[in-house]
Amino acid sequence: MMPIILFYIFATILLLSAVMVVCSRNSVHAALFLVLVFCNASGLFLLAGAEFLAILLIAIYSGAVMILFLFIVMTMQTNLVQLKEGMQSYMPVGFCIAAVLVVELIIVAINWHIDPQIAQASQQPLLQNMSNTQALGALIYTDYILLFQICGLVLLVAMIGAIVLTLRKRPNNRRQVVARQHMREPHQSLEMRSIELNKGVDELGGFLRPKETYFGVSQEDSFGPKPGDKMDITEKRQQMKEQSK
Amino acid sequence: MEHFFFHTMVGSIILIVLKVLAVLVPLLMGVAYLTWIERKVLAAIMLRKGPNVVGPFGLLQPFADAVKMIFKETIIPTKANRVLFFIAPILGFSLSMLAWAVIPTNDGWAVANLNIGILYLLAISSISIYATLLAGWGSNSKYALLGAMRAAAQMISYELAMGLVIASILLLVGSGNLNDIVLAQRHIWFFLPMFPMFIIFFISCLAETNRPPFDFAVGESELVAGFFAEYSSMAFGLFFLAEYGNMILMSAIISILFLGGWLPPFDCMPFTWIPGPFWLIIKILICLFCFIWVRSAFPRYRYDQLMRLGWKVFLPFTLAWVVLTAGFMMATGIGIYGGAV
Repeated sequence: MMPIILFYIFATILLLSAVMVVCSRNSVHAALFLVLVFCNASGLFLLAGAEFLAILLIAIYSGAVMILFLFIVMTMQTNLVQLKEGMQSYMPVGFCIAAVLVVELIIVAINWHIDPQIAQASQQPLLQNMSNTQALGALIYTDYILLFQICGLVLLVAMIGAIVLTLRKRPNNRRQVVARQHMREPHQSLEMRSIELNKGVDELGGFLRPKETYFGVSQEDSFGPKPGDKMDITEKRQQMKEQSK
Repeated sequence: MEHFFFHTMVGSIILIVLKVLAVLVPLLMGVAYLTWIERKVLAAIMLRKGPNVVGPFGLLQPFADAVKMIFKETIIPTKANRVLFFIAPILGFSLSMLAWAVIPTNDGWAVANLNIGILYLLAISSISIYATLLAGWGSNSKYALLGAMRAAAQMISYELAMGLVIASILLLVGSGNLNDIVLAQRHIWFFLPMFPMFIIFFISCLAETNRPPFDFAVGESELVAGFFAEYSSMAFGLFFLAEYGNMILMSAIISILFLGGWLPPFDCMPFTWIPGPFWLIIKILICLFCFIWVRSAFPRYRYDQLMRLGWKVFLPFTLAWVVLTAGFMMATGIGIYGGAV
């Protein structure tokens, strides 16, 4: 009795929030409803006894995919008027795709019948004394190893593609070689000077007197002075003074 | 009596509620006193006295703070999304409590003895990012939003490393049940053979709970208070409770995965006199002390360094370690399918 009640609760919330994903005007709300859909779907998995899939659905879909999705949606300025601008011109294409999908759904629905044995088959455990995590592993890593590896490869290609698309040289970034930065000793980058009162520090080279190692820390293609450059603060100050005059 | 509790529906529900209370009440007391411990330890490290006015040794300070927090006014920013604004702290707090369902405090003493307990913990910790994100977006403030974005990016990055550390432990144990993971450590605690993973897991836990030196989500100096900048009163209190609850939870997970859970250090006379739960509490306290110690000892990281550490150092290293562990087990035959390590 209890599983049936739970099933209907999960299924109702799932369907309602799935409708809300499509209907809600705020894109962040839509994404959050999608998270709710995933959580309820994992509840359904639990009821079916597939606890491994249920947990994975939450950990991967709600925990990683949707969060990255929310990132983009939250930082995006969604202007409804702007979104509706191209509505007229895209409408025919949209209808065509929708029509194809509807026809496909109808074909599937006509040929679809429930196997009378399915209820019994789903209740039979694969092997005695084996949790479904183990059973899944025993299946994926033996019979379906090739498909499994190909899935991984597809994801790898997608990942490399994303990295290639976004990786570009940014000449304005300041980047350091962390190891070299950590190897630095205080005496290599700082020097102590005692300064007489009311004399100022300009003659001594100014407050900022980076030594050679300061540049040695920066990475080759980063912004600013290159390794080997020497920046004389005194000269620069004098230049600035002359400019201001 | 026995029949009522174990064989009727009402009785079993009452039993579950009692079990839950037996975990949550000590936990909430622990959270309250963790704030006191933190202030005392920080004070000791900084050569101060810490809270010492309210009650003997300042022991009533947590209650004074709680009463103060409850009686403050709840302020809702005018343009905030009210629903999300209130759901966020509730979600954060309840998720930090929910994870305790699978933590075993002694052999078989867990509210829910799941055989994928460790994955359950991973799933819960990955959903708890939503509390941060919703709080940041719902309060409609740029500081909160930036804080939330930072926190979410940080938590996702370190979750990968944590997942791989857990995978290498799962390889050794051959089971996702936390009870089995502890029992597999009867001969040797995992922090010895897996020492690098232990260190990485501890650092990832610091990042995962947004504790210093990785507290970018609340970086006071640049983001006021990060994602909960707009919260006041008990809504803020719930975030506070969730943070400290998560600290205790992470310490418990470290104790269970690496420090042998409820097992005594040596399986002989004077050690076995102390019951298991006390050993777990001692180990949790040691981890918590390290959390606080790190806070006072290290300055805050820079954000790009944090990301570099997560993606370029921890991720490849843990991945290599998983392969190494699997290869070692295949080569020597040690530990395959729950064998002794």
